[in-house]
Amino acid sequence: MAYPEQCELCPINKNSKLVKLGEGSGPTDFVVALAGNPNVGKSTVFNNLTGLRQHTGNWPGKTVTRAEGAFSYDGSNYKVMDLPGTYSLMTTSTDEEVARDFILFGKPDVTVVVLDATRLERNLNLVLQVLEITDKAVVCVNLIDEAKRKGITIDDRSLARELGVPVVLAAAREGRGMPELLQSVRDVATGALICKPRRSWTADKKVKKAVDELVEQIEEAYPGLANVRWVALRLLEGDQRIIDAIRSGELTTLAEHGEQSKQVISSEKE
Amino acid sequence: MSKNVQSKAESIINHARGLRWQVGESFHDRAIEALYEEATTIAGKSVIIAGEPPRFNFDRTLDRLVTSRWTGFPIMFLLLAAVFWLTIELANIPSQMIAGLLLDTVHPALKEFGVWIHMPGWLSGLLFDGMYLAGAWVISVMLPPMAIFFPMFTLLEDFGYLPRVAFNLDFMFRKAGAHGKQALTMVMGYGCNAAGVVAARIIDSPRERLIAIITNNFSICNGRWPTQILIATIFLGALAPPHLAGMASALAVVAVVLIGVFFMFVVSWGLSRTVLRGEASTFSLELPPYRPPRILQTLYTSVIDRTLIVLWRAVVWAVPAGALIWLVSNISLGGQSLAEGVINWLNPAGVLIGLNGVILLAYVIAIPANEIVIPTVLMLTVLAAKMAGVGSGAGVMFEFDSTEATAMVLQAGGWTILTGINLMLFSLLHNPCSTTIYTIYRETGSVKWTAVATLLPVILGVIVCFLVAQVWRMAG
Repeated sequence: MAYPEQCELCPINKNSKLVKLGEGSGPTDFVVALAGNPNVGKSTVFNNLTGLRQHTGNWPGKTVTRAEGAFSYDGSNYKVMDLPGTYSLMTTSTDEEVARDFILFGKPDVTVVVLDATRLERNLNLVLQVLEITDKAVVCVNLIDEAKRKGITIDDRSLARELGVPVVLAAAREGRGMPELLQSVRDVATGALICKPRRSWTADKKVKKAVDELVEQIEEAYPGLANVRWVALRLLEGDQRIIDAIRSGELTTLAEHGEQSKQVISSEKE
Repeated sequence: MSKNVQSKAESIINHARGLRWQVGESFHDRAIEALYEEATTIAGKSVIIAGEPPRFNFDRTLDRLVTSRWTGFPIMFLLLAAVFWLTIELANIPSQMIAGLLLDTVHPALKEFGVWIHMPGWLSGLLFDGMYLAGAWVISVMLPPMAIFFPMFTLLEDFGYLPRVAFNLDFMFRKAGAHGKQALTMVMGYGCNAAGVVAARIIDSPRERLIAIITNNFSICNGRWPTQILIATIFLGALAPPHLAGMASALAVVAVVLIGVFFMFVVSWGLSRTVLRGEASTFSLELPPYRPPRILQTLYTSVIDRTLIVLWRAVVWAVPAGALIWLVSNISLGGQSLAEGVINWLNPAGVLIGLNGVILLAYVIAIPANEIVIPTVLMLTVLAAKMAGVGSGAGVMFEFDSTEATAMVLQAGGWTILTGINLMLFSLLHNPCSTTIYTIYRETGSVKWTAVATLLPVILGVIVCFLVAQVWRMAG
């Protein structure tokens, strides 16, 4: 417990606006996806937010499905998806596909990428890929307690400036950083904060031109498809999975599905 | 889906294909490289490290050494050689002790017991000379090397060296059109090919997974280590001065391992250029931090989980095979035993490829388990050469007290250095054992690919042995 009991009641404590809803079956205003490398403490963050006891200490490959939970914060209801740990969004194993398809086509309102502070560089590879797909992201640098023990300090402001999205330092096992995380999630979900994620790694001129051409063509064929840019990029790389998805019409279905889930959520709101 | 959308889909795909040519083939790799560079830059700006702990430096320095372009491969080679050398040098003594107990003490006692309870001769022969000896031989020849080899291997694994091996080999596998993770399944194959085939599940693309499964047999499994080690000791170690014999044998085994790796690459390359065409996919490989190995725990788990399980399997297969050997050696047809008849029939083909009828028959009998090839070879050699006073009679597997005695028998049976070399090569390049074949079928679900994985190595083995024999005979 990071806060004594009376703090929970104090209006200044942002944490007090949090109601953990467990598996939560009520109406949902926003969908939050939790992504990150394996073993960075995603499930600990998930448990912290929802009050569930999702099994922690996953090994890569063991979790291939996503867990769902819910919480209420500052008057809005949030649904949380704990996605399987992934190193990248480019490979095609089943567990990574679950994560990738959800971020891509599930249209979460916020994607929280959980990082291991002691291995920031490697973890950033995934962040950059997620930012390639979505504008609405929050980076949660977890395990800062472990990092501190190793003499590593993370400059969250500099990181936020570099990435163009909010960065929160956390030690989820002790509940540290959770109030700040909730606040950032709310700001991004409600649109109070507009992110300008970094995307320069594809800024090569030739590539950019090719991507733009494809984007135009795809948007025409699949109106309403999320993350067109990313699909274009994958096509350019010759990703067989995406090519198959286009050919089989799966992309259309996913695009429509994304629209539908959006509608369901908004109708639930009323 | 409407026709309109379908045609749009195709035109998008075609357009993308055209654009791919413009941005260049290596676009994917460049994109990933750029991504990693970007991550490094950002991390460099946001991570402040106060007084790096020594472990961090140690890891970095070590990684720089073991994954370096220049020192990575020599270090791999030396570690491998050191492990084999230790295995060869250390396994001899316990091997002889166990053989002394099981073969020289328990076996005669069992025979006497058979006489005492008036057991018919054929039953005593089948039970004690066939089945018991096969099991005992396998234990005495396999247990010591495994009990030494597995813990050493597990220590390297525990320390964190194996992912570095995969890292080193990755670019070669990619050049061969295979998945970098195949390096890991290959390493698993050195323990057991069936395990290596199952481990190929970590490879996501079906194409690359099939390549990994088909080529796993080119990793010498522990059932074949004793054959390699024994033959290397007899024929190649003997060429070197005595104090260097162990080292020479170890290097010969390393050479066979490298030949296996070579074939693994060549076959992977061939498959990915022909029937299993496609590009290699990218993957992230985590190089975990080095950890001081937990020695006691490693000893415990490698003895319980690996050594005993593998040994048990070997014994289970060896016992019925022992019975079979005893039967074919003791059932006569037209004045000669079944075994002799088959050996004589196989001999011309065997000699043509630098082997002999005995070895070919031994490989047929030993399909269930590679472990029993050497005992079968010895037993059949004695039978074929009809050497009076050596060994214990028809269909009896036996252990010689020293490698010199084994060498004597083999040389009397017409063996030369060529036979030794070709046996080592054939032991590397022949069909997988029955367990592995079944595992391949279960993993691929395809009779066709199981047949390919089974027959391809045999065909390669016959070709390679034939070529070596021709070159050898021309040269000498």
